[in-house]
Amino acid sequence: MKIGVLCVQGAFIEHIKIFEKLGADCICLRQKSDITHIDGLVLPGGESTTQGKLLHELNMFEPLKEKIINGLPVFATCAGLILLSEKLTNDTNIYFGTLPITTKRNAYGRQSDSFQTTAHFKGIGNYLMTFIRAPYIESTDSSVDVLATVNNKIVAVKYKNQLGLAFHPELGDDIRIHQYFIDMIGHKPLPH
Amino acid sequence: MEKSQNILNRGLAQMLKGGVIMDVTTPEQAKIAEEAGACAVMALERIPADIRAAGGVSRMSDPKMIKGIQNAVSIPVMAKCRIGHFVEAQILEAIDIDYIDESEVLSPADDIYHINKLSFKVPFVCGARDLGEALRRINEGASMIRTKGEPGTGDIIQAVRHMRKMNSEIARISSMREDELFEAAKSLQVPYELILYVHNNQKLPVVNFAAGGIATPADAALMMQLGAEGVFVGSGIFKSGNPSKRANSIVKAVTNYTDAALIAKLSEDLGEAMVGINEKEIELIMEERGI
Repeated sequence: MKIGVLCVQGAFIEHIKIFEKLGADCICLRQKSDITHIDGLVLPGGESTTQGKLLHELNMFEPLKEKIINGLPVFATCAGLILLSEKLTNDTNIYFGTLPITTKRNAYGRQSDSFQTTAHFKGIGNYLMTFIRAPYIESTDSSVDVLATVNNKIVAVKYKNQLGLAFHPELGDDIRIHQYFIDMIGHKPLPH
Repeated sequence: MEKSQNILNRGLAQMLKGGVIMDVTTPEQAKIAEEAGACAVMALERIPADIRAAGGVSRMSDPKMIKGIQNAVSIPVMAKCRIGHFVEAQILEAIDIDYIDESEVLSPADDIYHINKLSFKVPFVCGARDLGEALRRINEGASMIRTKGEPGTGDIIQAVRHMRKMNSEIARISSMREDELFEAAKSLQVPYELILYVHNNQKLPVVNFAAGGIATPADAALMMQLGAEGVFVGSGIFKSGNPSKRANSIVKAVTNYTDAALIAKLSEDLGEAMVGINEKEIELIMEERGI
């Protein structure tokens, strides 16, 4: 199993380490020529304005968008969720826009409002979630499966091939959500 | 500091990795930086090159000016306080800054003690020239480290020296026998637990950026190839001929830091780089502040 990880900016190494521990091969996507056959795509945390800009300027935006539309499983955390969202309430930019949700950027405020909390994640159970200058999802299309809420705000969703989280599962050592994504890709990765 | 606060503070630095943090002095510059792809901005009244030129005492910026920059951009905003000046840090925390740089660029307020950063909720980044300095700052509560370099010069030599020194010391600690670590802790003047962490993980326990003297896409890529996890660019951008283009080229060079063909293209037609001052020509050595 080959997972392409968007490596233009942000906490991509953390995702790669976890997926490699789970037996998947990871490819760093830094420019268009890096995009070859991949079984899954990870959009990591970081700054969405930086990532969105680099996606366009390094000519990766169109090929990746096409792959997502064609059903490539994609796993997005924090800034990645912004890139997938169809609408943003406090940002005029729209990036891939393939996930029918409305998301608010920096929804909790600045760094002083960053927090950790344990909440239920559908299909997994209680999970320690780390929110850093995080967004939350204000509303979703009825076809979107809500996987987790914190204080009545939606923080994790699944829609067809797309898994989107407002928090950072890559910052802890609980690998169950990464395993969930591997299961979504649907076949067992080859052992190393 | 609570354990979870530590994860949140170090975590924000992890989100900045692979990115460029730019010094800005006005909301307009902050917007240019954000549009060029900066992952954060450092709000300050005068960039290091001008601090050097002006001389005198250099202090924390006017909170009103910092707030103007916070309102102008959606990316994280950092600001500097003087080494040891914990009240300036309290003020920056009170205006909800995302990261504080306890910085040798400003005039030190204390020649012995750094700020007890463990007593703050807001994260701190500190400069370091070697492993000992870095681990002492981390022990005081820093959530992110950067090389000191020599700010405001456009001369990369000190940042290179600091990064190489840090790497070689990490390699040396990593290859030691465990019974040698106690002596290493003693000679570096740092707690044994931090030395043990470096020994077991072959890295610092926090993110390490390059800073001080970066002026070109090639400088930024050089620091990344030497192991930096991201870069700060201070005077290098807004002291140059075409700030927007230079900023954007440095951002792309940091993402693709091993692609020489791309960096060659990014280095074309950038206009004039900051003039720069050679390390031998400067009288004020900022890197020696706060060790």
